[in-house]
Amino acid sequence: MDYLLNEQQIMIRDLARRIAKEKIAPVAAEYDEKEEFPWPIVKILSDSDLFGVYIEEKYGGIGGGVLELAICTEELSKACGGISLCLAATALGTYPIILFGNDEQKQKYLPDIAKGKKLAAFAITEPEAGSDAGSIKTTAKKEGDHYILNGTKQWITNGGEAEVYTIIAMTDKAKGARGASAFILEKGMKGFTFGKKEKKLGIRASATRELIFTDCKVPKQNMLGKEGMGFIVAMKTFDKSRPGVAAQAVGIAQGALDLAVNYARTRQQFGQAISSFQGIQFMLADMATEVEAARALVYSVCRMVDAGAKNIAKVSAMAKMFASDTAMKVTVDAVQIFGGYGYMRDYPIEKFMRDAKITQIYEGTNQIQRGVIAQCLIKEALK
Amino acid sequence: MNIIVCIKQVPNTADVRIDPKTNTLIREGVESIINPFDTYAIEEAVRLKEKFGGKVTVISMGPPQAEAALREAISVGCDEGILISDRAFAGSDTWATSYTLSQAIKKIGSFDIILCGKQASDGDTAQVGPGIATHMDIPQITYVKKIEEIKDNKARVERLVEEGYEVRETTLPCLLTVVKEINVPRLPSLKGKMKAKSAVILTWKAADLACDPKKIGLEGSPTKVVKIFSPPPRKGGVKLTGEPQEVVDKLIELLKNDLPGRV
Repeated sequence: MDYLLNEQQIMIRDLARRIAKEKIAPVAAEYDEKEEFPWPIVKILSDSDLFGVYIEEKYGGIGGGVLELAICTEELSKACGGISLCLAATALGTYPIILFGNDEQKQKYLPDIAKGKKLAAFAITEPEAGSDAGSIKTTAKKEGDHYILNGTKQWITNGGEAEVYTIIAMTDKAKGARGASAFILEKGMKGFTFGKKEKKLGIRASATRELIFTDCKVPKQNMLGKEGMGFIVAMKTFDKSRPGVAAQAVGIAQGALDLAVNYARTRQQFGQAISSFQGIQFMLADMATEVEAARALVYSVCRMVDAGAKNIAKVSAMAKMFASDTAMKVTVDAVQIFGGYGYMRDYPIEKFMRDAKITQIYEGTNQIQRGVIAQCLIKEALK
Repeated sequence: MNIIVCIKQVPNTADVRIDPKTNTLIREGVESIINPFDTYAIEEAVRLKEKFGGKVTVISMGPPQAEAALREAISVGCDEGILISDRAFAGSDTWATSYTLSQAIKKIGSFDIILCGKQASDGDTAQVGPGIATHMDIPQITYVKKIEEIKDNKARVERLVEEGYEVRETTLPCLLTVVKEINVPRLPSLKGKMKAKSAVILTWKAADLACDPKKIGLEGSPTKVVKIFSPPPRKGGVKLTGEPQEVVDKLIELLKNDLPGRV
């Protein structure tokens, strides 16, 4: 399918594709096995300017939007859904600054992020606040020119590796959801430490850690937006970032499909390639159609977001839900096509299945996405 | 430090096929790439620029489409590209090519180092680099695997030879041809690609270079290609089997017959 990408988008796609093929694919299994953070790949991505595709030119970026980020994430995820996250999760941590940062904050943080000198992370989840983000317990108490943060964030992608963190904490618990605020924290701030690194089913090249705040003193100029805007910051960020997760899912699905097609062409059974069997052909045809449909939805939503459309919550949720469900189904089928070999870790395909699963869970489970979609439908019907 | 890199656009050898009737390369539908050995010259030039400052000018002699190779070189850090292209250059052998390139370099003017890949992956002659140095009457060091130091208008380099490497020193300006051991070429950056896209590539024709018409193109080429052919496929070797003593005896016997006087 031709998505009529412009010249710059094609450049981004081709460069990300080349890096994925030449630099990421050969090491993906090793990083998965060792659960190491892929710093050498971060260096390659930063030298190639890909960290800045969605950041304004005046802050050192390339000046693209959500679509450029999605194209880049998708291509990298074709080779490894875990390694691509160093970039995608940085974008998640950076969007709050892009959307709500003042010029001073943008000047301070965006150029280094655009160059890939610093990674970023976003932290809202806590042990008792997952889908129910309203019940977060981390507090930020104002004391003079500072806020004092106390609490723990959990399962933070890029945690410990990133330098810049956007954190949602409660400045006024009595106000509930309206009592949350967003802050920019930097690694190394006194009272800001990291907990254990999680062992995960998939995306094992990505680091997932706890963030621990113990009387962490944050200057008040590090607040994003105004006091009480924390949830708005989070929701607007997710509206922008969900197409990114969807793009990661499309990439994982496409990567698995490509491997499955190749395997089916070369695997001989009953004296012929298994791709000559209709049973395999129909599976491949369904997989390819689903991946293309997911990509079409994701790119359409990205274009809508980049055009400045106001109500994007519903379509953003649709893209995330559909693409990640597709990734799960396609990767399971890809393993099936590989048969017994597919189940073996010596073959690359099972990793795609493990990596796909997270896309149905994080940045709002697909059940939450369905809830968002349904609420929008009901609200629209009431008008 | 001003550096000139000479590059050639070649067919991607990974998918080159030979026409069995004419014994020539089938060029249709074959992707063109920068000669792989030249990518190391480009990378080394960009590294020298990053270390010492200055400018990297990349030049290529070839058909108009070789402009793509020059743009690619700019995308990884070269500053300027010049295409040496004229129908009058068609049919140039290595002598005429190195003469033409040396004329172009004289037109560019001042430089400290000329870098070339050790050879092109299509012709495999390894003659054009040394030819340029000879036409320009400057020192040359071939098969450079490391530039150890550049100081006081001198360069000290390691030159790869079969048994190891030699350390050689030369005054500047000089010409170096490099081997793949010298570095790992970088990938382009997005900003580099954008710069390359909008870069103005100069095209110089024979008339621009004050070339002696007798020294360029087919007429200026002393080399005459008599025949191009694919070498016959190698015959299978001999496999010796049996007890070790037996096999060794047979082997020595064979070697005596095949290499008289050496065993």
